[in-house]
Amino acid sequence: MTSKINTFKKFANIHFVVVTLLMLSFNNLFGSEPQEGQTEAEVHSAASSVPHESHAEGGPVDITAVAFEHILDSHSWHFWGEGHDAVSLPLPVILKGKNGIYTFMSSEFHHDNQGFVVVEKNGERFVNFEEKIYFANETPNEYGQYVSLTAADKEVAVLNETPLDFSITKNVTQMFISMFVLFWLFISIANAYKTTGVTSAPKGKQSFFEPLIIFVRDDIAKGNIGHGSEKFVPYLLTVFFLILVNNVFGLIPIGANLTGNIAFTLVLSTATLIITNLNGNKNYWSHIFLPHAPKAIWPILIPIEIAGIFIKPIALMIRLFANMTAGHIIVISLIGLIFVFKSAMIGFVSVPFALFIDILECLVAFLQAFIFTMLTALFIGSAVADHHEDSHQDEDHNLAKSHH
Amino acid sequence: MTGSIAAVGAGLAVIGAGLGIGKIGGSAMEAIARQPEAAAKIQTAMIIAAALVEGVALFGVVVALMSK
Repeated sequence: MTSKINTFKKFANIHFVVVTLLMLSFNNLFGSEPQEGQTEAEVHSAASSVPHESHAEGGPVDITAVAFEHILDSHSWHFWGEGHDAVSLPLPVILKGKNGIYTFMSSEFHHDNQGFVVVEKNGERFVNFEEKIYFANETPNEYGQYVSLTAADKEVAVLNETPLDFSITKNVTQMFISMFVLFWLFISIANAYKTTGVTSAPKGKQSFFEPLIIFVRDDIAKGNIGHGSEKFVPYLLTVFFLILVNNVFGLIPIGANLTGNIAFTLVLSTATLIITNLNGNKNYWSHIFLPHAPKAIWPILIPIEIAGIFIKPIALMIRLFANMTAGHIIVISLIGLIFVFKSAMIGFVSVPFALFIDILECLVAFLQAFIFTMLTALFIGSAVADHHEDSHQDEDHNLAKSHH
Repeated sequence: MTGSIAAVGAGLAVIGAGLGIGKIGGSAMEAIARQPEAAAKIQTAMIIAAALVEGVALFGVVVALMSK
């Protein structure tokens, strides 16, 4: 009982810290409201005349634009509201311009991402157009935007130059949050094993994570790699829980869609590529460069095998990215139907259906973390496998099973 | 006629995924009917295979999105 109360107190403490942090950032937010009324009026009058403004009152709603706004990275963490009523968390913008490195909060753009507001630093001028930072033009265009646009069949292209952008964007912030969550979870779990030992029954968080950790170690690592799998268990656990935590954060309505960002999945799959190939043994490389096939077809087979080294991680990258992105798009599209048909009645159909998809996404969040980890283990397994391993592997597997 | 050819591509991807997942589901049903005690193992394998097929279908969706 007392331990439960203690756990609760711990939770309460963490909540307190999180809430305080949020409060501080909100303060920052209110402080960042535009000071000059003139700018605000300018922005408002200009916004209504922009051709690709998606939330114009009365006009048809462009669900595609709204959906992309939700799944893409941005320079501020948007919670709710539109335009100047928007409640969002400003994030730091770090740019390397022509004359140096500039740091400022994204609130200096005053919620603008259509290129109306220019931020001037040390003589260099920046605008935010659709969450990308560009060097601003000297004079605004006919709509009041400081960017040069060309519209070629509905696609808007920006001609301005871009500074090097090292900003702490929404996705980077999400990554820091997941990092802290993972550190907190796993350090406390590791400490629990240190104090109570590995033979006593798990408690609290341990009870939830121990089966998952054992699942990754025994079923994924040992099952696919076999002998010497211990070496790869830390990497597999890291990948599994990083993807899992970020998938789950992505399901929270205001969360960031980090695992649906192709750059993030690219880095993960590159790590898999490097680990697989660094650990490749003689067998693995001879399969690629000296395949067991007639020499006549080697010219076809070897290029295919070499391409396969890269195609496998690329498939990993696209699978995770596409699964998460598609899930988010489906949910926002279903909710968007209410606004397309402009009838609250549609909500009775689309909200339960969106809830259904959301629950399915909970399954997908686990499944994709599992599949990424399992395929990584499979690739590593094929790189380190000797020929006569199978019988050994099964023995180990059964032994491990009977232990638990 | 107006519209995007990408929509046709997305539709074709869905047909492929439907066939694939349908085959997996059907075979899993048969397998469970033959050996009900192995249902849990079959279900796990079925879900993994279905997720892999779904992943391929989503490649199609990504292409459809990119060429919108």
